[in-house]
Amino acid sequence: MTLAEPAAESTTGALPPKSRVKRNKIKTGEGRLAFMLVAPTIALLGLIVGYPIVKAIYNSFLSDSRKLDPVTGQFLEPGAWTGLTNYKHWLLQECPSGAGKTISCPTGTLGSQFWSSISVTVGFTVVTVLLETIIGMVFALMMNRAFKGRALVRAAILIPWAIPTAVTAKLWQVIFDPQGVLNKVLGTEFAWTSSQWPARSAIVIADVWKTTPFIALLILAGLQGISADIYESAKVDGANAWQRFTKITLPLVKPALAVAVIFRTLDVLRMYDLPAILTQGANGTTTISILVVRQLNSGIYSASALSTITFIFIFAIALAMVRLFNANIVGTPGKGGK
Amino acid sequence: MTAVAHSSTAVASGTEIAAAPKRRFKAGDVGTLLVIALIIFWCLAPFYWMVVLAFRDTAFTFDTTPWFTHLTWENFRYAFDTTDNKFGRSLVNSVLIGAVVTALAMAIGVFAGYAMARLSFRGKGLILAAILGASMFPGVAILTPLFQLFAGWGWLGTYQALILPQISFSLPLAVYTLTSFFSDMPWELEQAARVDGATPGQAFRLVIFPLAAPALFTTAILVFLASWNEYLLSSVLSNGNYKVEPSTVALAKFTAGPHVVPYTQTMAAGVVVTIPLVIVVLLFQRRIVSGLTAGGVKG
Repeated sequence: MTLAEPAAESTTGALPPKSRVKRNKIKTGEGRLAFMLVAPTIALLGLIVGYPIVKAIYNSFLSDSRKLDPVTGQFLEPGAWTGLTNYKHWLLQECPSGAGKTISCPTGTLGSQFWSSISVTVGFTVVTVLLETIIGMVFALMMNRAFKGRALVRAAILIPWAIPTAVTAKLWQVIFDPQGVLNKVLGTEFAWTSSQWPARSAIVIADVWKTTPFIALLILAGLQGISADIYESAKVDGANAWQRFTKITLPLVKPALAVAVIFRTLDVLRMYDLPAILTQGANGTTTISILVVRQLNSGIYSASALSTITFIFIFAIALAMVRLFNANIVGTPGKGGK
Repeated sequence: MTAVAHSSTAVASGTEIAAAPKRRFKAGDVGTLLVIALIIFWCLAPFYWMVVLAFRDTAFTFDTTPWFTHLTWENFRYAFDTTDNKFGRSLVNSVLIGAVVTALAMAIGVFAGYAMARLSFRGKGLILAAILGASMFPGVAILTPLFQLFAGWGWLGTYQALILPQISFSLPLAVYTLTSFFSDMPWELEQAARVDGATPGQAFRLVIFPLAAPALFTTAILVFLASWNEYLLSSVLSNGNYKVEPSTVALAKFTAGPHVVPYTQTMAAGVVVTIPLVIVVLLFQRRIVSGLTAGGVKG
């Protein structure tokens, strides 16, 4: 706490020039104080998130390779302006060939994996979020009903959440080994991580294991806000269990559920750790994030285009989902129960 | 809806679940208990298996006996052996990086969290959305340009290259969680201080800051956990330099030499990385749950 005090003094020192204050019409002391308190956060995020993203967008229009300038007939060094070439490379699968022409990217190159990595990522997202929501809902309903073992369940449920994803990946790698405990228990001889669908299922299972508890906790918090009186009066009015679930529980838990689903969706869309460690992205488990990291060492400007595409893609999905669920994810204080 | 929002605020502020109405034992309760047992098994079985293997002789890696057999400390000794791996060093790095990231995020985020929760000013919703948006960016979106920048500055494989990018998610996390906590605090005391002639700044420092200590502590734990678990940025920006890489990166490339699959040894290392977290989480579980759900139940 003593540490924080000098920081407060220094933000006072960084007062904005008067003209700016006037332009923003912050007249009250509160407005000025708020500006001083928020400014360091905004400045730092601008530096560490905003600036790199702008730089990536600029970089995405530059060329990784030396190329022939058709006007002067001279070779341009890497880093020259190249327009939409990098985007065409990823989106339209155009790879350079000799004499400044483009061909369709040959199989096996990073460029040819773009659309498959998009569909793998979207597939993971749809399947894991769906499974996590359904299982998480069951968990939460049960935890809400059980009064004796609740502390124990809550402790147990936090453990998968607390384990780092890197450890989770290693842990499931051992479980999924052809000679591992899962095959022995199931009596199967699956090579879980070395063919396409088993490898994908392995990642879905590991991810569902790790994050269902988190969703269950969010839903449980929503459930605990529902007054028991509502259920009682519904019972009196003759509503059966299924009606009580669909007509009372679901609508009232929807805000908490929407936030959980949106957070998880955005999280799975950028999934990297689990497939990168568990399957090294092999056998049809290359997500977009893995593709970007692989591209880093074989052309930074092309990687910039790819990461910009990823960013726009996820941002668009985020916006669409917030609209769809009409969710107040910002959780603006004071607007709690609109 | 108002009733829902009201009682969910009570949950978010960490108060225990309201006393349940007394119920008679019914057949359905057996089913509930079974599902509860299933949930506990689901959550703990893989973790339990990791601990069992960590203490098991390598020769019996694929033995499926479900309890501790062929006990040995050899896996842990190997995990800290510096011939093939630099695991011990990576733990120190993780603590160091986590501590600096947490201190930075908290020192800056606490002011923004206060302003968001307490002060009314223009553009607040927009700023909160921007901060939240910043935390949802895919890591690769900032990784690509940072990789290029840091390569140019000779920063790849340095502590600053691992610490600074983590601000991108830890600062929004801190601001977001603190905003939720601060919104639920007894602000009448601040009003009282203001009436007694304190400025908003004094009311913050002298009245609210001491009251907010538990919220700060919980937020700091969440931020530290997030930093401890980070892998994507660290694995690329550490650039293979074992002197700075955190434990997640060291664990991912854990090896026992060519053609050997070091399962039991890796599990031992995994247990070492995980046990401190499990202890912290179990000690502070009530606070952590309230911190995690604080934002979620506000809608």
